[in-house]
Amino acid sequence: MSEDTTTTEITRRRMLQGAVVATAVAAGAVALGLTGPAVAPANGADTEGGDSFDEVFRGRRIQGMPMSGDGHHAMSGYMVLIDGRELHMMRNADGTWISVINHYQTFTTPRALVRAAVDSLNGADLAPLAA
Amino acid sequence: MAVRKSQSTLTPAEKRAFVNAVLELKRRGAYDAFVSTHNDFIMSDTDSTERTGHRSPSFLPWHRSFLLRFERALQEIDATVTLPYWDWTTDRTPNSSLWGADFLGGDGTGTGGRVATGPFAQGSGNWTLTVRPDSRNYLIRRLGQGGQDLPTRADVDAVLAIATYDAAPFNSASAGFRNSLEGWAGVNVHNRVHVWVGGTMSTGMSPNDPVFWMHHCMIDRLWAAWQSRHPGQGYQPVRSTRNVVALNDTMKPWKDVTPADLLDHTKFYTYDNAY
Repeated sequence: MSEDTTTTEITRRRMLQGAVVATAVAAGAVALGLTGPAVAPANGADTEGGDSFDEVFRGRRIQGMPMSGDGHHAMSGYMVLIDGRELHMMRNADGTWISVINHYQTFTTPRALVRAAVDSLNGADLAPLAA
Repeated sequence: MAVRKSQSTLTPAEKRAFVNAVLELKRRGAYDAFVSTHNDFIMSDTDSTERTGHRSPSFLPWHRSFLLRFERALQEIDATVTLPYWDWTTDRTPNSSLWGADFLGGDGTGTGGRVATGPFAQGSGNWTLTVRPDSRNYLIRRLGQGGQDLPTRADVDAVLAIATYDAAPFNSASAGFRNSLEGWAGVNVHNRVHVWVGGTMSTGMSPNDPVFWMHHCMIDRLWAAWQSRHPGQGYQPVRSTRNVVALNDTMKPWKDVTPADLLDHTKFYTYDNAY
């Protein structure tokens, strides 16, 4: 994937995310997502499922954002990216999370999940997710 | 009748026959189709939608059928081969003969965990991963580094003592034997073995590591052990239930077999020793 494609993809996700936030506001829900350029939480505390994050961890850009709509996003309600590539994830009935990289252990937050995936990847790139 | 044996009792010739059949299946391209099938279900089986291969009652019959199809594919190459099982309550260390260079090869090396010995090392020229979650095309293991120990005999006995097969909501939050065995709740047996092996076995494409089949053969053996301990209990749900496979529903992707068809494994094979 070229740098241009990566940038385009992130931008599209951000737009999509903006739409999600707008919908949540319209519905009277508490919107925790970002509407502008993503920033890391100032307090450094681990994120809950509804928060967004965008930071560098072990040299990799990791992002997380609430999602709604099609496919598995509708189930998990959240999406995480590593260097712009989506990490397939799923929410368990008890509120914990798993990913395709660490499928057989659960994580309490998307940020813990994506950091564990970065550790497991050891510098490797995620394969593109099939639609 | 085919007899599935403990991997620890296989002769050198039996190990060679198993390894060679697996390598030939890989060479023909059929092995990777099994990896794809597994991952398709890993990705689509969720707690709130249709679920068949995992986190649901049909975890056990689905994998029994999956293993049978794999075993039959091996037997088309070498009719003498059966799936060995890995009893991790007794073979518990990276020094086990299971991980020998004449069998599955050893632990991963270096920080990357790349397997460098045995027939499934990518450097052997016969084992390049094509269906995979990331850019690494080689087998990875991190034996015992995942922070979870292999199940003990006491862990297994505790799970086998649970009388109910499965219970609503028939997902990762269920009480019952199936979910405790699978590992999302209670005593975790199945999941933590994937974590103990680590690397490729931790991913949705875990069948890329041939130890996957030996691990699931052990899980299959434990299902039979549970049945013998609870003759009055059976597969649940019996009646049609939203999003899960009931006793007489056919299972995707094959749509030619039901859990009821698979309850008696002795129609297909036996184990050398009951657990």
